[in-house]
Order: sequence, then structure tokens, then C-alpha cells
Amino acid sequence: MTSAHTAEQRDSALPEEPPVLPLDPHRPLAVGRILGTLSAILVAGWLAYAVIVNPNIHWDVIVDHQFDDRVLHGLWVTIELTVLSMAIGVPIGVGVAVMQMSANPLLRSLAGAYTWFFRGTPVLVQLLFWFNLGLLFPRLELGVPFGGPKLFSVEASAVITPFVAGLLGLAINEGAYMAQIVRAGIMSVDHGQREAAESLGMSRRKVLTRIILPQAMRIIIPPTGNQFISMLKTTSLVSVIAGADLLTTVSRIYLGNFEVISMLVVASIWYLLLTTIASVGQHYIERHYSRGVHSPQRLSRRVRHNLTGNPAMGAHDA
Amino acid sequence: MPDHLVPMVEARSVRKAFGPVDVLRGVNLSVGRGEVVCIIGPSGSGKTTLLRCLNRLESIDSGRVLVDGQLVGYREGSKGRLVESTYDELRRQRQAIGMVFQRFHLFPHRTAIENVMEGPKVVLGTPDKEARARGSELLAKVGLSGRENAYPSQLSGGQQQRVAIARALAMDPKLMLFDEPTSALDPELVGEVLGVMRDLALSGMTMVVVTHEMDFAREVADRVVFMDGGVIVEEGSPSDILNDPQHPRTRSFLSRVA
Ligand SMILES: Nc1ncnc2c1ncn2[C@@H]1O[C@H](COP(=O)(O)OP(=O)(O)OP(=O)(O)O)[C@@H](O)[C@H]1O
Ligand SMILES: [Mg+2]
Repeated sequence: MTSAHTAEQRDSALPEEPPVLPLDPHRPLAVGRILGTLSAILVAGWLAYAVIVNPNIHWDVIVDHQFDDRVLHGLWVTIELTVLSMAIGVPIGVGVAVMQMSANPLLRSLAGAYTWFFRGTPVLVQLLFWFNLGLLFPRLELGVPFGGPKLFSVEASAVITPFVAGLLGLAINEGAYMAQIVRAGIMSVDHGQREAAESLGMSRRKVLTRIILPQAMRIIIPPTGNQFISMLKTTSLVSVIAGADLLTTVSRIYLGNFEVISMLVVASIWYLLLTTIASVGQHYIERHYSRGVHSPQRLSRRVRHNLTGNPAMGAHDA
Repeated sequence: MPDHLVPMVEARSVRKAFGPVDVLRGVNLSVGRGEVVCIIGPSGSGKTTLLRCLNRLESIDSGRVLVDGQLVGYREGSKGRLVESTYDELRRQRQAIGMVFQRFHLFPHRTAIENVMEGPKVVLGTPDKEARARGSELLAKVGLSGRENAYPSQLSGGQQQRVAIARALAMDPKLMLFDEPTSALDPELVGEVLGVMRDLALSGMTMVVVTHEMDFAREVADRVVFMDGGVIVEEGSPSDILNDPQHPRTRSFLSRVA
């Protein structure tokens, strides 16, 4: 408003126009807001105090175990599981999304069945299924079907370790969610972009990879970042199949030393650190893909938004 | 027929319906080499659809569309039926047909020069350095030297449309199609785009231009085609059609736009 006014002034060069006054600084006091803020600070302060001086949280135990070798190993497994399941889940999602939008009805229904099944059952159940795959197929074989010669045959229990079962479960489930996200991204790209690329004579694959997907990224990246962050936490579910991740590791330790709460605090500190770092990464990737379009959220805002889940903070750049 | 006598564009009895709506009802159009044809007509008369049939962005229901003597997007099948060609065959033909859209459709994630380089690099496999040199040359030709690294969102509509023209020219097309290239522009930006198109016409490019700019048609076109209700009602030299139309529908259209 203000800048538009001054620009007009310059253009029309009317010196008699009165100067634009700043907003009146004496706004009425918002008594309700101040009271609200004060009581929030009081409650938060009291909670923090109650936690810090709580005799059942042993800060010395926490400090001792924060960098314990076993904890660090569990942390590493959690990172590995997260990165690998996303690295497998995202391409699955792209593939399924492209199938869903294909002209071929068979591909479309296969893709539909995939998302229907894996979004329609709890990931915890899927993890247990993969872990117990040996009960369904004792041997995993590759060969000519219906009794033909076998190229390859192994004991299921030898292949499906807890790590593999966890990875399969998380990645395949993630693929189903990513497919929805990628599809929404592809559909957000103006149809004219495809036509412009096709009329240059581009192949279908190049149209997808050079024109459609890079633009869809702007829509795909933010929810994918959120998926990554929630995957960091979802990996803790592999503790039900003895997955050796961060949560499994700390629970093994507290079964020995009975420091349940302290060990859970150790794990939580690591989870918080990981999700915070991931939010920072997400910020830079989003900035890269919004080239030529608009400026993304400020970094501090993005991290706060991710960690607090307050939608109002993200609303400004919609 | 010797090559230079084969028309660049030939549409024979082209029909096209969208569901129950007959949009093209038997269109015959021939465009010679180096000729500039302007298509005028009321909204909904099928101008855009006809243009899009010429590079097979739209399928046709019957008839024939030939560019440079070749069916576009189809092969002649048995019993006079058309067989769709594969996408790869079609895209080879499209490389030679430049298209400029009403709403530009520049790639927003690429800079001006990257937009122009995209076709040669990705489709023709031109090395980056060569494509860039040619890109700069083309941007200079459309009056945009110095804006190479601007993203489309940082350019005015007129500048964007000129980049779009350069992008199409980068493929060295033998035919350029324009669908109302200036009707999404603010009036003061129309001239710069028409200027580029006029230069292109003078350089001998074969052009089919759907437009509402009667002054441009009068000055640049070799022939003006008036469409209404999915057919070509009347065609002829710009002065004949624009100053002395024979058909009452042409007359009433011109009296409304003038
Ligand atoms: N994809 C489509 N699906 C259904 N109907 C369509 C489609 N494209 C065009 N039409 C219809 O076909 C008719 C002709 O459209 P077309 O865009 O070719 O007209 P036009 O002469 O270019 O008009 P304008 O001057 O408004 O651009 C219109 O009635 C339009 O509604
Ligand atoms: Mg049109």
C-alpha cells in the first residue's frame, strides 16, 4: 500500500500530496493476549521445572548414555532405515504415480490396487507380515513358474532379517503414500507445459523427466520432506520385529538398567536432533526447486513449522 | 510433383468433433512454401482446433493433414483408413513444426536461454556450448540480448512471447504455427511481438497465424482465411478479404471487430 502510493507520487510528480504517515504507534493494549502469554509462560516454566528436578529423571544417566556405543549404533540403524526406505519408496511412488496416470487400464488398476492395499492396512501389520514371510513362503525361489526349473532358491529366514523385513515394510508402504504425493504434483503442472515440450519433438520420457517432474517437485518436495521426517520416527516401529534401531537399542538397555524414562529421554533427544536437521535440509531443497517461481519460507519459520506442526506459520506462502 | 511445388501444409476435408460438437466440418487449406497465412474468424469457429490438427496436438476424425508432403501423425492404411503412427514417428515430424501458444507456455524452471536451448539439447543432442551460442543469437534476433538469465516470471508478457518464438526457432522448423500470439498481452506489448513475427515472415518462413490483429494480417499476410462454424467461408488476398469481403458472414464479422 505504502510503496504503491510513493511510486504514484513519483510518477505523477505531485509535490503537494501529503507525506504518508507511519501507523499510529499507540494501539490499544491487548489485555487478553498479554494475560494469555503470561499464563502460557507460567505453565511451560512449571512443566520444565518439574521435569528438570524430577528425581526419576537421572541426568547423569542420560549424559552417560547419550553417546553410548550401543545407542550410536541404534541411531545409525535408524538413519540407515530412514534413508534407504525413502530412497526405495520415492522411486516406487514415482513409478506407481506414472502408472496411475497411464492410458493403459491394466497398469492403472495395478497401481490402484497397490495404493489401496498398502494404505489400507497398518504399517505395523505390514512389518509383521514381512518379518514372518517365511511362514507363508518357506523358500524364496526364482525360476520358471508352475514346476519349471529353478534359477535361484533360498531359505526365507536367511534372507528376511529384521533389517530387511523393516526396510521392505517401510519402503513399500512409503511407496503407496509417495504415489499420491507425486500424482498430485504431476497434476499440478499446467497441461500447456506438456504440449509445449511435445511440440518441440521431445520424447515422452524427456517430457516427464525434464519438464513435468522438475515442476511437480515444487508441489512434491514439501510433503516428501514431511514424509522423511515422519519416517525418522516411524522406523521406531521396527522395534516389534527386533530391528536394532534407536528405540530397540534403548529399550534393551533399560531392560538391563531399569532407567526407563532416562533412556527414553536419550532416544528422544536424538530423534529431535534428527528431525531438526532434516527440516533444515528440507528448506534448502525447497529453495532449489522453487527457482524462477517464488521465494520459499524462511528457514527459521520452516523448522518451527515442521517441529510444531502449526499450520498458521506455513500459511503465508500458499 | 517436384519438391518445391509440394505445398508446405495441406489440409483436405479435415473433420473433427469434440463429443457431439462438430468443430471442424470439412476444412480444406493449402499453404505454399514461404507463404504467410492469417486465419481470422469469430470465437469458437475452430481456428485453434485447426491449427492444433496441423501438428497433431489434436487428432482428426477424417480427412488428411500433410506437412511437407507427409501425413502428420498418421500413416495411410488399407481401404483409405488412417493408421496412427507411433509417438516416435510423430515427434520426429513435430521437430520441424514450431508452435507458439497464446499463453506462451515457457518452461518456468528454466531461464530464457535455457528455454531456447532445451529443444536442441534434449531433442537434437546439440552440445551445450553450441546450443548456448545459437540461443544467444536467437534471443538477440528477438531483441532480448542481455535477458538470457532471466526466468520467465521476471519477464513481461511480450518478452516471454518473444522467448517462446526463439524457443520454437531453435529447432530450425520449416513451418511456424501461431495461435493468437498477442491476445494475452497488454496492448502496449503487442507491437514488439508482431515486429518479431514480421521480420520472420520477411526472412521467408512459412507461417500460419491465427490472429485478431487485422493490421498485421493486412500488412504481413500473403493470404487471409476467414473461418466460421468449422469451415473456411472465404479466403483471398488481405485486401480482398479485409476491404472487400464477398460473403455476408465475413462482412458481419469484420464490421464487429473493426
Ligand atoms: N478439448 C476440447 N474439448 C471439447 N470442446 C472443445 C475442445 N477444444 C475446443 N472445443 C470446442 O470447439 C469449438 C472451437 O474451439 P476453438 O478453440 O477451435 O475455437 P477458436 O476459433 O480458436 O476460438 P477463439 O477465438 O475463442 O480462440 C468451441 O466450441 C470449443 O468449445
Ligand atoms: Mg482459439
